[in-house]
Amino acid sequence: MTALSLTVPRVSARLRGWRVRPGLVLGVAFLVLLVIAAIAPALLTSHDPLEISTDGAFLPPGGDHLLGTDQSGRDILARMVHGARSSLVMGLGATAIGVTVGAAVGLLAGLANRFVEGALMRLVDVTLSVPDLLMALVVIALLGTGTVNALFAVAFASIPYYARMLRAQTHVVRRATYVEAATALGLPRWTVIRRHVLPNAFKPLIVLATIGIGNAIGAGASLSFLGLGTKPPAPEWGNMLSLGIQYISNDWTMVAIPGLAITLTVLSVTVVGRDLKRRSEGRAV
Amino acid sequence: MSDVIPLVEVDNLRAGFAARPTAVDGVSFTLHRGECLALVGESGSGKSVTARTLVGLTGAGSTVRADRLRFDGEDVLGLPERRWRRIRGARVGFVLQDALSSLDPLRPVGREIAEPLRLHTPLSGRARRARVLELLAAVGVPEPELRAGQYPHQLSGGLRQRALIASAIAAGPELLIADEPTTALDVTIQAQILALLNELKTGDTSMLIVSHDLSVVARLADRVAVMRDGRIVEEGPTEQVLGDPRHEYTKALLAAVPASHAKGTRLSSAALVPQHRLREEGEGILRERPSLKRVAATATDEPVIEARDLVKSFLGSDKVARTVVGGVSFDLHAGETLGIVGESGSGKTTTARIVLGLETPDSGTVTLHGRRWDALSPAERRAERRRLQVVYQDPLSSFDPRYTVERIIGEAVAVTGLTGTARRDRTVELLDLVSLDAGYLRRRPLELSGGQRQRVAIARALAPEPEVIVCDEPVSALDVSVQAQILDLLADLQEGLGVAYLFISHDLGVIHHVSDRVLVMRDGLVVESGDVGQIFTDPQHEYTRALLGAVSTLSTAK
Repeated sequence: MTALSLTVPRVSARLRGWRVRPGLVLGVAFLVLLVIAAIAPALLTSHDPLEISTDGAFLPPGGDHLLGTDQSGRDILARMVHGARSSLVMGLGATAIGVTVGAAVGLLAGLANRFVEGALMRLVDVTLSVPDLLMALVVIALLGTGTVNALFAVAFASIPYYARMLRAQTHVVRRATYVEAATALGLPRWTVIRRHVLPNAFKPLIVLATIGIGNAIGAGASLSFLGLGTKPPAPEWGNMLSLGIQYISNDWTMVAIPGLAITLTVLSVTVVGRDLKRRSEGRAV
Repeated sequence: MSDVIPLVEVDNLRAGFAARPTAVDGVSFTLHRGECLALVGESGSGKSVTARTLVGLTGAGSTVRADRLRFDGEDVLGLPERRWRRIRGARVGFVLQDALSSLDPLRPVGREIAEPLRLHTPLSGRARRARVLELLAAVGVPEPELRAGQYPHQLSGGLRQRALIASAIAAGPELLIADEPTTALDVTIQAQILALLNELKTGDTSMLIVSHDLSVVARLADRVAVMRDGRIVEEGPTEQVLGDPRHEYTKALLAAVPASHAKGTRLSSAALVPQHRLREEGEGILRERPSLKRVAATATDEPVIEARDLVKSFLGSDKVARTVVGGVSFDLHAGETLGIVGESGSGKTTTARIVLGLETPDSGTVTLHGRRWDALSPAERRAERRRLQVVYQDPLSSFDPRYTVERIIGEAVAVTGLTGTARRDRTVELLDLVSLDAGYLRRRPLELSGGQRQRVAIARALAPEPEVIVCDEPVSALDVSVQAQILDLLADLQEGLGVAYLFISHDLGVIHHVSDRVLVMRDGLVVESGDVGQIFTDPQHEYTRALLGAVSTLSTAK
């Protein structure tokens, strides 16, 4: 094989990566919109999400209130836009905590002796055997309800996934020939781990975490829907959905809009995450 | 003259892909019934693509054009997929190099072999089963009833290759295409498969062999076509092409085979290097290295490494301890090459890993300059490691995938305590030693050719100024011309730097070429050891004789 014929396919693979995929573009566009809403909600709406307007309750979409008003006459668009922040904080925060703790546990298990590894991984297996949402409910039962506690609950439920993944990766990378080559140079064990094992084991975890953000947003909304997370009247998609259900016969848009937003968010994050995953695996996109 | 229509007629065949538009660039040949033609060439020469056009399997995104592409008088150029299926398996059998990945892992091999019978013959289920057993017996698989029910992973490499051949000939094809049929096999198994293919040839079946291995071709083919850069550079009867080659490239290719050279002679020549590589890299890749100062022969009797009675066993999946190394002893002196030769599973690599201190022996000792590995504290052991370096078979997997060439070599240079520009200068110097220029510093391993990667691996191994380099099958994955360059490079480095090699290979030709002394290993034991000339000319042990007898050398050509 020659250098020439090796570089050519790489270039074309990169070009192919730029081919416009409509799903991916829509996903990225939606996420950009979401980030704008979270950072600067005033750019997207001029209404106050908590202000009870005098225009009346259950207004249909259109006019001054683009998406209508809810049972108390609050602007639904404003509540949606302001709710984006708590969704994103939930997604990023819970994932960050889950990845950090999970990675620490997984790394420890992957590098420690068989007994420590066995003990840690059985613990992880037990947590893994309980459904995520149920696990989050158990944590809430212990910590109490509220936004911050819901975040911890969702984070806790995600730990075992990251722990398992990083342990497996650590094992694979530890046996890699390049790690052996570094050992043969006489580098201290921790230098080899820091330089070669950690960065290479972490790579697939980053991708998994992106997809995990979507799951965390969904889980956070579920907890709020159940009244265990962010409390009304604070704008949050999960509790807006929960409120809307009570008035579904008066105004179906109160359910449809937050429901659609949650679905689109999780979908967009997943589409982008999967794309990253495919790229990182070097597959044709 | 309709009765002498050749089975295969190819005229001005051009095939390519988006990335390599001229993989095959104007190839013409004919293949008559009962004839065996070999396409020989190095990787990228287009030989496999040529063979694949005859079964319509060039893959998605490929373009195939030809003035004529006929099978048994029928035009098969641009044949629809549906019609190809009636030719593949039924009239053309296809044997690939890697039997493990060509056989369905979830199906017993008997079912795999029955598949072409089911598709292309009217045989009933019971008749098919009988025919499968018949075929397995015909290709020399012992206990066909038992083997037919087993899965590919339960069979050895040789048996898998036999099973694959059985499935290829099941429906009685007129043409058998074998793409590197023996490349992944040990020499003794290779000899058996070649004998089997030779038997098949005696019938009416035509054969198209694709191989990089000239000795395989010498045993099988009636005619040989030597390919390079998508073209046939020379074609003719086997004896003439291999015995009296006309084209420069064929001559150089034959000269690069290490078996035909004694130690100390150079293998590579300019005719072997593809034109664009010469343009890109300059003649430097072939030059002698005057920059290496000749080291005065350090003729001490004190060995650098003494290995005594090394024993190592591993627990198998069935929880039964398997002795992989069963009492191996040897000395390695400064500046010499000790070859370890043996087939897969003979314990060569485990022995090397014990010497490197990467594996702890169950018993026995390794002594480095009179100090025992196992008596050293971890810190002392780390400090000693740089004196022993290693070059692997697959350099790519021995590099951190995130690293550039500069960081790969630089990390090893740092072991000697150099930092900053001194480290960088030394890195460039090492690249120069292996005939790569500073332009390669910023490349990543994926952007290098196989030979360049192995050069980088050698540069890294040289960086800590070791006394011993363990070479574990360093040229097994390389083309014969690149192999020749790497072997020449290793010889130059030894002469210049006085480094000793522990050289592991399954290839007797390579071992013969590089070694001063040889250990022949089998099932974890050293069956014979001694001076290379003596072992190769007057082997004492029965196994060594069998091994040497099994080697298909060019001189055994018909």
